[in-house]
Amino acid sequence: MVQDIIVGFLSTSIAVGTSLLLGAIGEVFAERSGVMNLGVEGMMVMGALSGFLTLTLTKDPWVATVVATLVGGVMSLIHAVLSITLRANQILSGLAVTMFGLGASGFLGQRLLGVSAKGLPVVAIPLLSEIPYVGPILFQHDPITYISYVSVPIAWIVLFKTEFGLTVRAVGEDPGVADSLGINVYRTRYICVFVGGLLAGLAGAFLSVAYARMWVEGMTAGRGWIVIVITIFSMWNPVRAVVGAFLFGGVSTLSYVSQGLGIGIPAEVLLMMPYLFTIAVLLIVSQEAVRKRISAPTSMYKPYVRGER
Amino acid sequence: MVVRLGSIEIEFRKRGTRPRYLAYLVPFVAVVVALLVGSVVLVSAGVDPLTAYLALFNTAFGNSYSLSETIVKAIPLMLAAMGTAITFLAGFWNIGAEGQLQIGALAATWATLTFSGAPAFVIIPWTMLVTFVAGGAWGMIPAFFKVKLGADEILTTLMMNYVAILAVFYFVYGPWRDPAAYGNPRTPLLPESARIPAILGTRIHLTLFVALGIAVLLYWLLTRTKFGLEIRIIGGNKDAAKYAGINVFKNLLLVTLIGGGIAALAGMGEVAGLHYTLPKGISPGYGYTAVVVAWLARLNPVAIPASAFLFGGLLNGGYGIQMVFAVPIALVNAIQALVLFFVLALSIFYEYNIVVRRRR
Repeated sequence: MVQDIIVGFLSTSIAVGTSLLLGAIGEVFAERSGVMNLGVEGMMVMGALSGFLTLTLTKDPWVATVVATLVGGVMSLIHAVLSITLRANQILSGLAVTMFGLGASGFLGQRLLGVSAKGLPVVAIPLLSEIPYVGPILFQHDPITYISYVSVPIAWIVLFKTEFGLTVRAVGEDPGVADSLGINVYRTRYICVFVGGLLAGLAGAFLSVAYARMWVEGMTAGRGWIVIVITIFSMWNPVRAVVGAFLFGGVSTLSYVSQGLGIGIPAEVLLMMPYLFTIAVLLIVSQEAVRKRISAPTSMYKPYVRGER
Repeated sequence: MVVRLGSIEIEFRKRGTRPRYLAYLVPFVAVVVALLVGSVVLVSAGVDPLTAYLALFNTAFGNSYSLSETIVKAIPLMLAAMGTAITFLAGFWNIGAEGQLQIGALAATWATLTFSGAPAFVIIPWTMLVTFVAGGAWGMIPAFFKVKLGADEILTTLMMNYVAILAVFYFVYGPWRDPAAYGNPRTPLLPESARIPAILGTRIHLTLFVALGIAVLLYWLLTRTKFGLEIRIIGGNKDAAKYAGINVFKNLLLVTLIGGGIAALAGMGEVAGLHYTLPKGISPGYGYTAVVVAWLARLNPVAIPASAFLFGGLLNGGYGIQMVFAVPIALVNAIQALVLFFVLALSIFYEYNIVVRRRR
């Protein structure tokens, strides 16, 4: 009985953590190349909306997932054009993407409210899903969750074991030097921001097509911001992002569960918990980063202008 | 720097001086282009953009009643935007005006509920003081975290917004709930003496003049005092400021205290000047719109009232077309973001002269 509750809790934490993990891996790429993208919330919510819209039109959850992913990518290009080509302030440009995504999705999604649809199925992985405890927690999920598992080692290998990854990190640390070595700084940054957008869109598809299977205005509920915190928590390493994503997934789940139990704490206080927890984690991680002298990619926030320093 | 696209060459030439007319032209063009792009969104939702925009304009600026309601919406935007602008000038990316406004509303309600017996000339200044201090203290927390622990202020201010909104919910649904209010949870009505008077026949409360006074005061503070100079140096380059012997920590605390306090006054205005109670949804996101308002005014406190008036009109007109065309108010948020996109995109003209020519 108790084991069932714990297994159920951990399994839900994984599910809640999936969108956070995908978003964070994407943001790691963008920030490693020197571009902070605060538009994750907006890209994710537009992914969720377009995914669900496509699902109701085509009845095909896979097409919906692909469309959501691409819409996330297109949203990220707005940020890329503004902050990379036009050298606009990265913070405001990202915020604008988020504001636009939340506004436009609320506007375009009004006819989808209350509609439900058949989304991505839960697929139990043969053999692995039969392992006691581990199986039900990790291997009885929807396909997007499995994609998020696979994306971690891929992202790590790309970032730390390939020439492209070296290019990305060089551009993020010192675009001037990278440029003088013949690296195309702008192209590298565009690719990384676009990858971030694709993954945020996929995370949105997870929310509307795989998990909730409906559209709710503002259904990302601040996940885009938690993604940014997890990116810092990860110290810009996809493998550490896993820990952050499922930690936050667990805390969110806990706050819902305790609300249901009605243990005498006001609902508003319980709802504050994930946000207070996020602040607490941010404080601890920031201090740790200062102590270990780990910092964000050096060129972050700074637009690169060829021939100017 | 030169970018080549096929047979066309685009050169970015760094400007020596910045022409003055750009400060007016860029925001104007940004708003026009944002509305044009917004019309594409409207068409996709099956609404005729011309009719919708005409209705929006009419509800926002069409007659004296519309204008007065637009000013009512501009008051909180003005205060929240000034609070945001002064921290942005110090290079502190405080997105917390929304939370500071909510805390201000909470503090103002507390002050009036607690000292309800006092006459107006005591209770209103007292409420202002309590509100300013509460919002300022709330606003200083992220600055403290930033300097002492290195925590990114964008994230702490955002997270604290959620906490502040939930805190208002807690009091409105819980301890302060007026048992006489059934449908819409709210606190008991404020005593007459605690209400900020309004201009006769309108809902424009005198907070407007407080806001305009603060605009002038901030302008003076930023351009004529040592404090203003130090803030700008910190905003330009924090390390340089340290080498110049400026106490960055002290200045950041001070600037976030002032910024948070001003944004909190927006909350007081809504409670004591407009609703005469603290309702559940005290702000439709004024604090976030304020970021756009401040940036459109290029962080200049005396330009903010005009920018706030424009966005007050957009919001007011948005409510109008929501009723007529059943277009959700989210459209207004999307248009606000579009304005920010185009202001950011066009800002490159502040720094660069762009020359396009055919390649030979």
